[in-house]
Amino acid sequence: MEQKTKLTAEDGKQEIVITREFDLPLELLFRAYADPEIVGQWMGTKVLKLENKNHGGWKFQTADAQGKVLFQANGVIHEFIPNQKIIRTFEMENTPFGVQLEFLEFERLTDDTSKLNMHTIYRSVADRDKMLGLGMSQGANMAHNRLQEVVGKLK
Amino acid sequence: MNLRRDVFQAIADPTRRAILLLVASQSMTAGAIASNFDTARPTVSKHLQILTECELLEQEQNGREIYYLINAKKMKEVADFIEPFRKMWDDRFNKLETIMKKYKTKK
Repeated sequence: MEQKTKLTAEDGKQEIVITREFDLPLELLFRAYADPEIVGQWMGTKVLKLENKNHGGWKFQTADAQGKVLFQANGVIHEFIPNQKIIRTFEMENTPFGVQLEFLEFERLTDDTSKLNMHTIYRSVADRDKMLGLGMSQGANMAHNRLQEVVGKLK
Repeated sequence: MNLRRDVFQAIADPTRRAILLLVASQSMTAGAIASNFDTARPTVSKHLQILTECELLEQEQNGREIYYLINAKKMKEVADFIEPFRKMWDDRFNKLETIMKKYKTKK
């Protein structure tokens, strides 16, 4: 079966390209990126700020049940063109991962399908590989709460 | 000894994966790592030793402290290095799709 989400990470390059086709009209796909409430739902984080405009800023935060902050990320939105593209930076706070630059391009395929092209550029090849490695060590950059679960089960 | 097989055995253990995830976001001392687990300190030390032996973790001397950090290069050698990262985005996008399909029917 062909994978819906494709990831390209060439050796020795400091970038990652992720593409995904959605059974959703372009407008709905874009809304999932623009509406703070919806972003929070699928990213599994709290959206503290999301200024959808050129030179706007954004901030996400995930806390556990006790209110302890597990994950916090922020960035600036460089360019925001509805139903076309978002160019933004992304940085996880309190981690050695540096800031990364993201180019998100939204494309209409048919009336009911659409495509997202996400091109991420890291400062160095090492930084990129470190980020990929984070996925490897199970969980994910966003899913520090999953670690809490894993650790919880060990008790 | 088949070192490659050892790497897979190393990451097959949930505690060691949890350690890797911890250290992936920040280099840490053995004590700091152990404080995240209820497991006895010697058990954590044993896990750190295994992860270091198969080169998934590296040690770095900083003053009197030894910090553990992730060896991204070695992690990359493990088959399907990028698969978990892809899977993570796939899961996320699946969720997005499900949410928006419901959103569509609501309207």
